[in-house]
Amino acid sequence: MELFTQQVLAGIATGGIYALMALAIVMIYQAIHHLNFAQGEMGMFSAFVAWQLLLWGAPYWLAFVATIALSFVAGVLIERIVFKPLRRAPVFSHLVVFVALFAIFNSLAGFIWDFTIKPFPSPFGTTPLFGAGLIGAHQAGMLVVIAVVLVALFLFLRTTRLGLALRAAAANPESARLVGVRVGWMMALGWGLASAIGAVAGMMIAPIVFLEPNMMLSVLLYGFAGAVLGGLASPGGAVFGGFLVGVLENLAATYVPVVGSELKLPIALLLIVVVLVLRPYGLFGRKPVERV
Amino acid sequence: MTALLSVRGLTAAYGDRRVLNGLDFDIAEGGAAALLGANGAGKTTTLRALCGMTQRAGAIVLDGQDIAGRPTEEIVRLRVAHVPEGRGTLTAFTVEENLALGAITRPAREAAADTERVYAYFPVLKERRQQQAGTLSGGEQQMLAIGRALMLRPRLMLLDEPSFGLAPMLVTELFEMLDRVRREEGVSLLIVEQNAALALAITDHAYLLQTGAIVQSGRSEEMLADDGVRRSYLGH
Repeated sequence: MELFTQQVLAGIATGGIYALMALAIVMIYQAIHHLNFAQGEMGMFSAFVAWQLLLWGAPYWLAFVATIALSFVAGVLIERIVFKPLRRAPVFSHLVVFVALFAIFNSLAGFIWDFTIKPFPSPFGTTPLFGAGLIGAHQAGMLVVIAVVLVALFLFLRTTRLGLALRAAAANPESARLVGVRVGWMMALGWGLASAIGAVAGMMIAPIVFLEPNMMLSVLLYGFAGAVLGGLASPGGAVFGGFLVGVLENLAATYVPVVGSELKLPIALLLIVVVLVLRPYGLFGRKPVERV
Repeated sequence: MTALLSVRGLTAAYGDRRVLNGLDFDIAEGGAAALLGANGAGKTTTLRALCGMTQRAGAIVLDGQDIAGRPTEEIVRLRVAHVPEGRGTLTAFTVEENLALGAITRPAREAAADTERVYAYFPVLKERRQQQAGTLSGGEQQMLAIGRALMLRPRLMLLDEPSFGLAPMLVTELFEMLDRVRREEGVSLLIVEQNAALALAITDHAYLLQTGAIVQSGRSEEMLADDGVRRSYLGH
């Protein structure tokens, strides 16, 4: 029983990271209706930026906040410079640009900081919490950070006028334009938020997986799994999906002997396939209704 | 009477297909105009062209500024409210959120007062304030669409088939409301309407559109008395 609790808690902790990735993916999906394959690499690059700031002697939380701010600005710039001109371009143009961004961030990180694996500090320490060994201090702290991000984002979207405008622009751009919402800037804001959320995910997962340019690859896939599981149209569903993928992945690795840690990733991908076959719009997604 | 909106040589196209062939018309400050015509004459396109929702050319002058090259959201910010056919409200959002969105470009303090003003016009919306717009009846959705447009404090309202899909009694009520809004708020109106008799009753000027061109125009009461208009659009 203790093993079970331990694995569920560990699953919730890593699931929180997937939830953030899933949320970032959904934020951009809502804005441009494409999946951002470079989301993981953007988060990885942000983690390197934080690492660099720490190396220069910045206190952890200052580096943390500065990295989020820089990532937000970078996300806005990527939308303005790269995706704004592509707005009416076919899906393949987007695909190529996403793959290009993926390669650019990956190589650039390797070029600037090289490909050697680096330790990344945790602000919460590595000792087990409560001495019981149920959950590590970093995992517990990480969950608090994730909860703060989720609550802040929820409050922003639900209680502020800017959040309302952002939601309207995503739900129905034409209708939003008719009340004067600058839909183009809302898309840029969505990119900025996604980039900032990805930065948090990168900085929180880096102490666990260690810092290197390929650290986010599997995290991105789990994030996709979570987003698809919950439904790409539903930020809340994506978050739930992310947590669920984390827990399932851990339990499968622990209790299904053949799975082990080698087959953890295929489990996530199998989940995508099964969900899409049974519920093409995700657990919380709804089939879009089009008025004719 | 000065013109609030002055349109000269307006053309519009969807891809290669030209839909409007050079329209000239004016709407007076505080005035109301009706745009009549059969299906496919280009009425909806005219409204869409005015607020930048189609490719367009020609001059569209609003209060001295040419707005023909501007994107929709910037035209709306000059307080031109467009109530599209099919209402265009956000169905998954609550009544309250839809109204708040209508005033999204205006200071938050004013928006709160204006919400009450809209509820005074349409008390049923206040009862349904927490309901999703998509769950309202057709008439309530139309009220919400007009209420959302009023939240902008518009100087010009473009209405596309406001009577569409509504019960006859509701339609009469709605048009009385529009007339009241125009008189009390000084909002100029441009109404596209199948129900020509109703539209002519609350407007002072009317334009008759046929395959993308204005073929007749005049004061609404004269149009109402005109034999050709009566035969074609009033059915008697």
